[in-house]
Amino acid sequence: MRRAFIQSLCRLAARDPRIVLLTGDLGFLALEPFRQQFPDRFLNAGVAEQNMIGLATGLAEGGFIPYTYSIATFASLRPLEFIRNGPVLHNLPVRMAGMGAGFEYGHAGASHYGTEDIAVLRTLPGLTVVIPADPAQTVTAMDRTSQLPGPVYYSLGKDDHAALPELGGRFELGRAQVIRRCGEIAIISMGAVSGEAIAAADELAGRGIEAAVAVVSNFNPDPSDDLAELLAGCSHAVTVEAQTVSGGLGACVATIIATEGLACRLRALAVRTPPDGTSGSPRERWRKHGLDCTSIVSTVLEMAGAACR
Amino acid sequence: MAPKTRTNYAVDRESSRLKAIRRLILAQSKAANVGHIGSCLCVVEILAALYGGVLRVNPMDDADRDRFILSKGHAALALYAVLVLEGRMAEKDLNNFCGEGSIFSIHPEKAAPGVDFSTGSLGHGPSIAAGAALAARLQKSERQVYCLASDAECNEGSVWEMAMFAAHHKLGNLHLIVDANGQQAFGLTRDVLDTSNLAERWASFGWRVSNVDGHSVPALVEALSARPASPAPHVVIAKTVFGKGVSYMEQGRPVSQAHLPVQPINWHYLPMSDQEYEIALTELEAGD
Repeated sequence: MRRAFIQSLCRLAARDPRIVLLTGDLGFLALEPFRQQFPDRFLNAGVAEQNMIGLATGLAEGGFIPYTYSIATFASLRPLEFIRNGPVLHNLPVRMAGMGAGFEYGHAGASHYGTEDIAVLRTLPGLTVVIPADPAQTVTAMDRTSQLPGPVYYSLGKDDHAALPELGGRFELGRAQVIRRCGEIAIISMGAVSGEAIAAADELAGRGIEAAVAVVSNFNPDPSDDLAELLAGCSHAVTVEAQTVSGGLGACVATIIATEGLACRLRALAVRTPPDGTSGSPRERWRKHGLDCTSIVSTVLEMAGAACR
Repeated sequence: MAPKTRTNYAVDRESSRLKAIRRLILAQSKAANVGHIGSCLCVVEILAALYGGVLRVNPMDDADRDRFILSKGHAALALYAVLVLEGRMAEKDLNNFCGEGSIFSIHPEKAAPGVDFSTGSLGHGPSIAAGAALAARLQKSERQVYCLASDAECNEGSVWEMAMFAAHHKLGNLHLIVDANGQQAFGLTRDVLDTSNLAERWASFGWRVSNVDGHSVPALVEALSARPASPAPHVVIAKTVFGKGVSYMEQGRPVSQAHLPVQPINWHYLPMSDQEYEIALTELEAGD
C-alpha cells in the first residue's frame, strides 16, 4: 500500500496545490516521487512527530491540506494529544498516514508494531479513520477522502503486492464492503489481514460451510447500518484484526450486536497478549496471535459445531 | 503644577487602558470565582502591546491577517479583556465567562471572536505557530505569527522540537514571546526545572533573542515590530512579575486564607475572596 499511497498522493497533489507532505524523517525509498515532483511542497520535519502534527495544524488553518507520514505507532500514539487538540479540536483537513499497520514491521520488533493506532484514534469523534485492505482500496479511499473538511488518519500496510481481487478496490465512507453474503456465520475483517479472512471463507466453502465475509475499512463514521443488516441474519460472527482487542473492530461489532439486540454470538480474533520480546514476519505474527487463515477456519468450525448442537 | 505635555497625556491614556484591562480581569475572575488571576495579570502589557499596534488583524476574518496563538492558554481571560477593550468583542458577552455552555472558558476556544486557535495544553501552541509561519512563507505572504508561551512551558520537549525546526527553516516571520514570570504550578521555575538561562538556550538553538521588560508596552512594541535582516526566528524573553499590580499576589500572600503558607504560587489557582477583591481594586486604582 506504500506505493499506492505515494502514487495517489502525487496524483492528488497535481490537481490540488494546497496539498503538502510532511514526513517524520521516514519513508526512504517510498516518498521520493513526491519530493521529486513537488520539491517545494515536501518537508522533512525531522524525528519530531509532535511538532510535525502541530506544523500541519498551523498549515491547515492557513489554507493548506497537509499530509503527514511516519510509521503507524509514531504517527499516531506519540503525537496523540497534538492530534486531539489540533486537527480534531479545530476540525482542520490534516491527513495523517501511519505506515506498517499491524505487524508489518515484523522483525523490527514490538516498538514498531502498529497494533493500537486504529483502536485509539477511533475514540476521537471528528477524526475519520481509514484502514485500506489492499493497494487498490488505498487508491479509492484516498480519492474519496481527500476533500473532506475535517481530519483523516490512514492506517496503511507496507505490502505493495498483496491484492484482494474480491474487494475490487471498493471503498465508501461509512460502509462495509460485503464480499460474500451467505450462511449463518459472518467473518468481518479489517486491514491487510483481510486476505486471511477471505482465504478462510474459501477453505470453509470447500468443507461445505458457507460464511459471509465483510471488510471494514473506516470508522467515524462507523459502518453500523451495513454490519447490523449483515449480522441480523447470522447466528455467529468472528472478527479478525491485527489490533489489540480493546476498542478496535471486535469492540465495534460487539457494540452493534448489543445495541441492535441481535441474536448473534461474537468471537473477536485480535491481539490479546502483551509483547513477549519476540519478533517475526507478519505472517508468523498473525499465526502467533491466532489471526491467520488456519486459526479463523478452526474458530468458525468450533462455532459451526456449536450452532449444530 | 506644570501643564501636562502631549507625551504625558499619551502615558495617561496607556496607563488607564492597562488599568481597564486589569479591572476587567479582576471583575470577571471574581464573578466566576476562578483562579489563574496572577497568570493573567502578568501578561497584560504583552497583550496590550500586541493588540495596540503590533498585530495586523483588521478585518478579523482576513485570511492574510497576522496570527496570534496564546499558548499559555490559562491566561485567556487577559486575552478576552484586551479584545473587549480593543472593541473586538462586546463586554456583555464576557459576562458569560465560565458560564454554563459559554464559549469563554478559562482556556481559549476558537469559537470565541478574535481567537485564532484553541489552546490550553502547554507546549502545543509553539508548533502550531511554526506551522502558521510556514504557511505564510509558502504563500509568499508578509503576515507575521506571534505566540505567547510561558517560561515553564519550555519544560515541554515539543517546544524544542519546534525550536529546531523554525531555526533550520529560517522562519523569520515567527515571534515567540516567553512570559518569564519565574513561577510554575508547584513552585518557582528555578526550583522545578531551572530555566534561568532561557536567552542563552534559545540563542544556542539559532534564534534571534530580545530581552525585554514585560511590563513596558513601548519596549515590547519596539522589540516585536523590529524587522532586522536576520532570517532567524525571534524569541522575546519578557521578564514579568507574577500577579503584577496586586501586592498580595506578587508576594504570594493569601489575605483571607491565613492557613496557607506565603508562597508565590498561591495565585496560580486561588480565586479571590470579597476582601481580596476589594484590596486588589483599591491598589489598582491607586497605582500608576
